[in-house]
Amino acid sequence: MELPIYLDNNATTPLDPRVLEAMLPYFTNKFGNAASRNHAFGWVAEEAVDYSREQVAKLIGCTEKEIIFTSGATEADNLGIKGVFEMYQDKGNHIITATTEHKAVLDTCKHLEKAGAKVTYLKVKEDGLIDLQELEAAMTDQTILVTIMYGNNEIGVVQPIKEISAIAHKHGALFMTDATQAVGKIPVDVNADGIDLMAFSAHKMYGPKGVGVLYVRRKNPRVKVTAQIDGGGHERGMRSGTLNVPGIVGLGKACELCRLEMDSEAKRLSGLRDKLESALSQMEESYVNGNVEHRLPHVANISFKYVEGEGLMMAMKDLAVSSGSACTSASLEPSYVLKSLGLSDDLAHSSIRFGLGRFTTEEEIDYAIENTKKAVNHLRDLSPLWEMFKEGIDLSKIEWAEH
Amino acid sequence: MAYSEKVMEHYTNPRNVGTLNKDSKSVGTGLVGAPECGDVMRLQIEVDENNVITDAKFKTFGCGSAIASSSLATEWLKGKTVDEALTIDNMDIVEELALPPVKIHCSVLAEDAIKSAINDYRVKNGLEPFELAKSHH
Repeated sequence: MELPIYLDNNATTPLDPRVLEAMLPYFTNKFGNAASRNHAFGWVAEEAVDYSREQVAKLIGCTEKEIIFTSGATEADNLGIKGVFEMYQDKGNHIITATTEHKAVLDTCKHLEKAGAKVTYLKVKEDGLIDLQELEAAMTDQTILVTIMYGNNEIGVVQPIKEISAIAHKHGALFMTDATQAVGKIPVDVNADGIDLMAFSAHKMYGPKGVGVLYVRRKNPRVKVTAQIDGGGHERGMRSGTLNVPGIVGLGKACELCRLEMDSEAKRLSGLRDKLESALSQMEESYVNGNVEHRLPHVANISFKYVEGEGLMMAMKDLAVSSGSACTSASLEPSYVLKSLGLSDDLAHSSIRFGLGRFTTEEEIDYAIENTKKAVNHLRDLSPLWEMFKEGIDLSKIEWAEH
Repeated sequence: MAYSEKVMEHYTNPRNVGTLNKDSKSVGTGLVGAPECGDVMRLQIEVDENNVITDAKFKTFGCGSAIASSSLATEWLKGKTVDEALTIDNMDIVEELALPPVKIHCSVLAEDAIKSAINDYRVKNGLEPFELAKSHH
């Protein structure tokens, strides 16, 4: 076992060696531009892109023509939301999203507010799921788009996508989802789920960084988005720019591997995750964040009360994890996702996210359990709050000098 | 963000972790910060009849820089008179630990903890508390 151990697979995943192997020829002798229609170099590249498109389509249950390649999920979110807003302006200006969305969605919506969009940010329940009745109540005749993420990047909860899309469609709105954390990890089928637009990226599923997808439905209904990047009219005019052929080949291979291995891999990962989670939640004053029934198989988010997340991560120095602590962000605010669940700031400061992946072994999880327990106990020995808690002092009754 | 060697050293081997008897007349306790803000420091000093700090202890809830700042503070306090202790400035801590700008508040908190402990000691012994400078944050 090599140290440190990587348990931050929601941030990014390592490239699968099989993916790298598929990509390599497209950096060197198969370097052609997929848009070069008049010679063999271009045809070879185009053929590779077509094959990749097929693999992506198979994974999410759509047709090849519905795939728009982008530079990643952030660009796909921008193109989907801004593109729909601009294309359907005459139908309405209202967009519905949720407070726990990724910044790529939230900041795009904020941007559109300046351009005249009206945006509703749905709150989530304590378990991180949105309230379907609240969604229904928020729909108006001006609502053109509902955009709710599939699986959350911090806590892993999976939203009731079918129900959400049904509500959107009942009111004549389109449904978009940022499925970056879900595609390749759990079954996602754009038809069964009623998805009209969907963003995701390769590097969260053992593919390369710098390539992603916006799925845009072509039938029932035919959805159009206004291009955000103008140029040579690639990707059916919706996203200009020379195709990143090696990246797209890698994405295709990554999708193929995920499709073939998903069932067994999801079982293996949820088994390891449950082992980690049950061992750590047996510790005194530790709390699992988010719904534990509807969630991704590879994420555990746990708050260890009375210790601070960044300090804790320093003590877990052989584990690469992430924290909702303010100290890990530039803003000095704790995670807005955890706060949206109604977690108090001190619990948000105390949270650690463990993100398991394809290359995580049971031996690593055993090590992570011991290492985390030791770190939590060490920091509690240093914590005045833990001492006060042990003495039975009610910390909420103390007048803290907030700074 | 990478931590300086000195922060890592104090974090890995914190000095003077522990608790003094807060009810003793010779002990002053400072408890500063707030759990919601992600850092709370408790710093205690024991003062002898010559106004010399003979012992100092801390416990801190916070990031590595907060733990290192309070560990360093206790190290500096021991052997100093109360008056000398009052001259410890947060920028001395910043310099010693090479704290980056985003962690300066950790040093401010440590300075506040020192002053608050000294005042607790003074009030317990029938002395006027020092006028504390306005909070830096």
